[in-house]
Amino acid sequence: MADAATHAQDHHDERSFFTRWFMSTNHKDIGILYIFTAAAVGFISVLFTVYMRMELMDPGVQYMCAEGARLAAGTAECTPNGHLWNVLVTAHGILMMFFVVIPALFGGFGNYFMPLHIGAPDMAFPRMNNLSYWMYVAGTTMAVISVVSPGGNGQLGSGVGWVLYPPLSVNEGGLSMDFAIFAVHLSGASSILGAINMITTFLNMRAPGMTIFKVPLFAWSIFVTAWLILLSLPVLAGAITMLLTDRNFGTTFFDPSGGGDPILYQHILWFFGHPEVYIIILPGFGIISHVIATFAKKPVFGYLPMVWALIGIGGLGFVVWAHHMYTVGMSLSQQSYFMLATMVIAVPTGIKVFSWIATMWGGSIELKTPMLWAFGFLFLFTVGGVTGIVLSQAPIDRAYHDTYYVVAHFHYVMSLGAIFCIFAGIYYWIGKMSGRQYPEWAGKLHFWMMFIGSNLTFFPQHFLGRQGMPRRYIDYPEAFAYWNKVSSFGAFLSFASFLFFIGIIYYTLRHGKRVTEKNYWNEYADTLEWTLPTPPPEHTFEHLPKQSDWDKGHSH
Amino acid sequence: MAHEKDHDYHILAPSIWPLLGALSGIIMFSGAVLWFHDITPFLFLIGFAGVLYVMYAWWAEVVDEAHVGDHTPVVAIGLRYGVILFIMSEVMFFSAWFWSFFKHAMYPMTEGSPAIDGVWPPIGIETFDPWHLPLINTLILLCSGAAATWAHHALAHENNRKDLVNGLILAIILGAFFTFFQAYEYSHAAFGFAGNIYGANFFMATGFHGFHVLVGTIFLAICLIRALKGHFTQERHLGFEAAAWYWHFVDVVWLFLFAAVYVWGG
Repeated sequence: MADAATHAQDHHDERSFFTRWFMSTNHKDIGILYIFTAAAVGFISVLFTVYMRMELMDPGVQYMCAEGARLAAGTAECTPNGHLWNVLVTAHGILMMFFVVIPALFGGFGNYFMPLHIGAPDMAFPRMNNLSYWMYVAGTTMAVISVVSPGGNGQLGSGVGWVLYPPLSVNEGGLSMDFAIFAVHLSGASSILGAINMITTFLNMRAPGMTIFKVPLFAWSIFVTAWLILLSLPVLAGAITMLLTDRNFGTTFFDPSGGGDPILYQHILWFFGHPEVYIIILPGFGIISHVIATFAKKPVFGYLPMVWALIGIGGLGFVVWAHHMYTVGMSLSQQSYFMLATMVIAVPTGIKVFSWIATMWGGSIELKTPMLWAFGFLFLFTVGGVTGIVLSQAPIDRAYHDTYYVVAHFHYVMSLGAIFCIFAGIYYWIGKMSGRQYPEWAGKLHFWMMFIGSNLTFFPQHFLGRQGMPRRYIDYPEAFAYWNKVSSFGAFLSFASFLFFIGIIYYTLRHGKRVTEKNYWNEYADTLEWTLPTPPPEHTFEHLPKQSDWDKGHSH
Repeated sequence: MAHEKDHDYHILAPSIWPLLGALSGIIMFSGAVLWFHDITPFLFLIGFAGVLYVMYAWWAEVVDEAHVGDHTPVVAIGLRYGVILFIMSEVMFFSAWFWSFFKHAMYPMTEGSPAIDGVWPPIGIETFDPWHLPLINTLILLCSGAAATWAHHALAHENNRKDLVNGLILAIILGAFFTFFQAYEYSHAAFGFAGNIYGANFFMATGFHGFHVLVGTIFLAICLIRALKGHFTQERHLGFEAAAWYWHFVDVVWLFLFAAVYVWGG
């Protein structure tokens, strides 16, 4: 090898803490950094929602008062502070979309396992990989600064919604909005560099003999996701740059008084925003495929259709964006097109769901914790998908637009879909990553708490939406009180499950049962990470894997 | 060596640059916010200097790695993929500006929008005549692209060092001329940047293009320095290839800008 510095890394223990975690060029270490950071940001974001659900538990405003935010409802005078509410809604959305789910699935699991699945010794650009991570941290920091810096209405933070629609986002005063815009710029640049890295790794570094249609499904899902990121995020960067110049330099991209058009922003935003939805969920699809195959003890049903479904969903994701905007006054033919194109996505998604079911069909199913999460995902994602079909209908969306029905829908696909995938991945791989196994009972209890909690939170929101409760409000009439109370209890239960999960992770990493077997599940966990020691050494595949290590013939 | 690797991929030593780069980035962007709000420009300048320093140090390291042979054939293929993918993301960035331009040019806003369309260019906007300076500038940029290709052919096909250097110098000078004429044109615009959609579209789209011309010119200048130092061989000159691809991408974007913004929309 070329230089002495590289030589030093060959001995695991020689790296200092700072060198290992702050100067890393190791895809596995960077993957772990991503997962922990995403979990920390996720915790902040969930805290916001708990506070929001406290406020919504009863009609009237009890906690978010202009006199000062409270943690206990008192008898003192309380003037509703709508700005604080708006800030929390906005921050929850921005953090979850940009700084929790993508970093956990794409940055975390993608970094750790995509190279392992294709038998690559590391990423194509290991140093740039770390730049992606640190730019993500920088973006997160700016997003949090945005919440606590001077903003609109003479208060802290920006209350404009995560989509940052003008004119609200242009008129919001203070520094906060500009911090948020640059936070998205930074995280976007981080994701684009990550995408370039993933695509190059996938194309250039597959193990000898691993032709493109022999690549495991998780690696495929990361590859397709990377294309979506590469082609959609730069467009968002353009849109928010227009916001920035409208705010600070007097341009009128979105201001009709200067010939601009606020609807244009919505188009450009959703041209990114819809692929974003698939960026979030596709890596999850990959994880679920492996988990289901492992615990049904059968190879994945229909490998090739599964791959083409991923590609199909990715491609269609770019041509359906305006179904988020049925009520802005588009022509009927535009609406008809977007409605039809949107429904077409149900076909590849259906291929995936039915292939997962067919994988389990006749299998010898073992309900270990990761499989529970996969089951939970399958059921809940399908519920979210079905309400998605409902919302894809432009005429029906007239009634449902901006109601809690929409909130319920996208939390079913994201909070329940993507997050369940993350948990499935963590329980599936934590033994491999850490060399210690979680207590099975605790994982199962976590699953049931979260499953019940999140359903209790979001299922009633369908009812509230159908009754006409609008989203993004701090208060509501008495008539909506019952299901809001149920929803809040669900949120508290979910939060408790999150705290319990943190406990499980702490216990596992400190005191969990050591695992030394290479493959602690069964032979249907047949991707390359299961041929490595547990936990894997610092450098993996210094001798590239042989075809017999991974080509089992039966799975594809 | 404890574990001998038997593959040709590039396994890198730990590096401080990613951390410092991201740190400079957050300082630069936070500084930009403060600057926009007239608080202080200094934080931005500190961050910007940091970003430039990290770019210099990082890429200098890449050049050193190339010299010690870390860029094996398979790594070189990967680096090419990287450059192409980066350019693709840049294309998508420009598509946002073209989107705004075409939307406003095809469906201009008026009181009656969207039922009734306005006119484009907006009333009261006097646009540039595309067949004067913009045409000349187009030719200058195309000539610059041709010069870069000349330099590339001289190196790759004939190993002619003299023409490599001449071609690069010509490409850089023409690139600088383009930037100069663009600045001259801006200073004679009959419309402003703020307050009207024509100016916003025009200046942001051509401005971002101009920024890319500047970056491309610097990229070519670094290739010139490296060519003079003898870094490139007839077979191996990846950095120069990347610069040439980037320069042609900047050319093509300009052709679209010229055709759409200056000719069709002007």
